[in-house]
Amino acid sequence: MSTKTTGRKIVINPVTRVEGHGKVTILLDEKGNVQQTRFHIIEFRGFERFVQGRFYWEAPTIVQRLCGICPVSHHLCAAKATDVIVGAKTLTPTAEKMRRLMHYGQTLQSHALHFFHLCSPDLLFGFDAPVEQRNVIGVIKADPETAKKAVLLRKYGQEIIKATAGKKVHGTGAIPGGINKNLSIEERDVFLKDIDTILEWSIEAMELCKKIVKEKLEFFLKFGAFDSNHLSIVRKDGCLDLYDGLLRAKTADGKIIFDMVKPEDYLDYIAEEVRPWSYMKFPFIRSLGKEKGWYRVGPLARINNCDFIDTPLAEKERQELMSLTGGKPINASMAYHWTRMIEMLHSAEKIKDLLNDPDLQGTNLITQGTKQKRGVAWIEAPRGTLFHHYEINDNDQIVLANLIVSTTNNNEPMNQVVNVLAKDYLQGKSEITEGLLNTIEVGIRAYDPCLSCATHALGQMPLQVQIMNHEGKVVNELIRG
Amino acid sequence: MSTNVVTFTIDGVEVKSAPDKTIIQAADDAGIYIPRLCYLKDLPPGGHCRVCTVKVNGRPVNSCTYPVAEGIVVENDTEELNSFRRNIIEMLFVEGNHFCPSCEVAGKCELQALAYRLGLLTPQMPYLYAQKELDATHPDVYLDRNRCVLCGRCVRASIHLDKKNVFGFENRGINMRISVNSNDGLKDTDLTKDDKAMSVCPTGCLVVKRQGYLTPVGKRLYDKKPIGSEIETKTVKS
Ligand code: SF4
Ligand code: SF4
Ligand code: FES
Repeated sequence: MSTKTTGRKIVINPVTRVEGHGKVTILLDEKGNVQQTRFHIIEFRGFERFVQGRFYWEAPTIVQRLCGICPVSHHLCAAKATDVIVGAKTLTPTAEKMRRLMHYGQTLQSHALHFFHLCSPDLLFGFDAPVEQRNVIGVIKADPETAKKAVLLRKYGQEIIKATAGKKVHGTGAIPGGINKNLSIEERDVFLKDIDTILEWSIEAMELCKKIVKEKLEFFLKFGAFDSNHLSIVRKDGCLDLYDGLLRAKTADGKIIFDMVKPEDYLDYIAEEVRPWSYMKFPFIRSLGKEKGWYRVGPLARINNCDFIDTPLAEKERQELMSLTGGKPINASMAYHWTRMIEMLHSAEKIKDLLNDPDLQGTNLITQGTKQKRGVAWIEAPRGTLFHHYEINDNDQIVLANLIVSTTNNNEPMNQVVNVLAKDYLQGKSEITEGLLNTIEVGIRAYDPCLSCATHALGQMPLQVQIMNHEGKVVNELIRG
Repeated sequence: MSTNVVTFTIDGVEVKSAPDKTIIQAADDAGIYIPRLCYLKDLPPGGHCRVCTVKVNGRPVNSCTYPVAEGIVVENDTEELNSFRRNIIEMLFVEGNHFCPSCEVAGKCELQALAYRLGLLTPQMPYLYAQKELDATHPDVYLDRNRCVLCGRCVRASIHLDKKNVFGFENRGINMRISVNSNDGLKDTDLTKDDKAMSVCPTGCLVVKRQGYLTPVGKRLYDKKPIGSEIETKTVKS
């Protein structure tokens, strides 16, 4: 290839920098063909260093500050790793169920937030709709009833988190070997009173999502679609399990790559590639290598990977979705939204079951066993599989921490979606319209990356768009914000 | 007037006390809270921190070391003194390395509780980010100097209550630090987790291992009531 190609570089760069931010660069050649795309995520990885020297029982409380968006997942995953360290092989029923309740509360509120606040403006109004309409305010104006329910669904999830973790953000509930509180009858009754409404609203959300998608099914199945492997944990019997299980990976057409892998063996199956241009690593399945071994995680991967769901309403929805492809994995990016709603419904069903379980009022909260030097655990965070790995010294201090977060697991898929969309939508065009840029954002947003930029409603995200030639000279610039 | 009772006022409230008491002791007995950090009822006073400063007849003194006297006029809960106390607390925060949200003694920490009571929400002074040592060598306890406020309670408790001599101060000024009676850290001292010294630290510096976060948020010592309320709610002695 000639080194003299005159390329233009388009940069979509959110200006806000809070938790981490993303930047999209699309390099076009002279003719406007997509040469290369990159999705850069600037992510703060200092936490693995930060916990070094600290005590293992501090990990669940310290590491949740890694992420302002899903702290509960980090809290629980670290607690699960410290369960291994204190030798708590099986938790008491009260501890296990309190943690599950916390986790389903988190999943409910996170999925509700994503669907209503972030992606429904995209879905409802189309990607080209005016900026003023295509945001959460637009949704509220168009359908105030739905918007109100969205807020209350979120609130319900947050109150569950508070009742189990002690606080809505950065609680301390999960501790090595168990939990520090149970659910009182009074607390339980407050939640029981509303759970049927929550369930009803989750069904409505499911229906709304399906209705929107089915109206343009062909389009949604094609938009940003690409084949990938799928990775998630599943229960021993193949059931969907968001809190605990063994690791399973499937190919794009549904063949098992590995199954029933235990957390302590994760390094035999997963490796991480460093690419010079990105701060975020690229994980892959060892046996398939860097090129072919990358995978999707999150709601889509989980629904593709599991054999069934143990709550009736969500299972019915799973069957309906999977019938679209005759039971084979779905490889459409926009199917994330659909599967996210299945999981929201599942979480609501699980919360109802748990609230009716007297084990939550048990008083046996902590288990201890023989201390171990190494603790590895995983959990299905709302955005995908999350790995925590700690090693400690004789003084109980953490000497090594390795975390693979959901957004990192989805790093390559998000790069892929940018690439596919750039090729489909920008190819051959000389003018970069907002609509085209939004298209790429919509694709990324389907993966629900935990970036501060992703939490801004679309159309409100301040954007800096630069077009550069091959010498790095800015030839065109568009700033929105 | 009897010779074994003195009468004086704190913020205009009449207080009666035995003559051999300090102002802080008399105030405690009368149900009046004077903020403090290094003073602890069962230990001889240290007079290190100055948080307990009050004005006696217009002059600032340590109420934990200053004896009561007939007719003195004590000022305690005034904006001037409270802002002075706030400054001390703020300096202690920025001198150490305190991350309350993830700290295992948050909610029962006296430094944090004083900050809340005195209305110090975010320190304005620049953090020093000083390198401080964590001594984790002991199997059952740790000493995290990042959170030490040099109150000396551990020093006094070890000497007076445990009849040991585990802790001491070394260096001076900004370099002052708590030291232990061994060259190889806490593991080579005769400290045990059941020592009285282990229950006196006002912060998360001297802590028994593997006990963190056992109390849920909402049930911790200062979650419901501010520090000092345990004194203020005491029945006033006649
Ligand atoms: S010792 Fe107290 S002030 Fe320091 S971090 Fe812990 S709770 Fe905060
Ligand atoms: S270790 Fe605790 S008790 Fe001892 S001086 Fe430091 S803060 Fe005070
Ligand atoms: S409490 Fe009096 S000087 Fe510290």
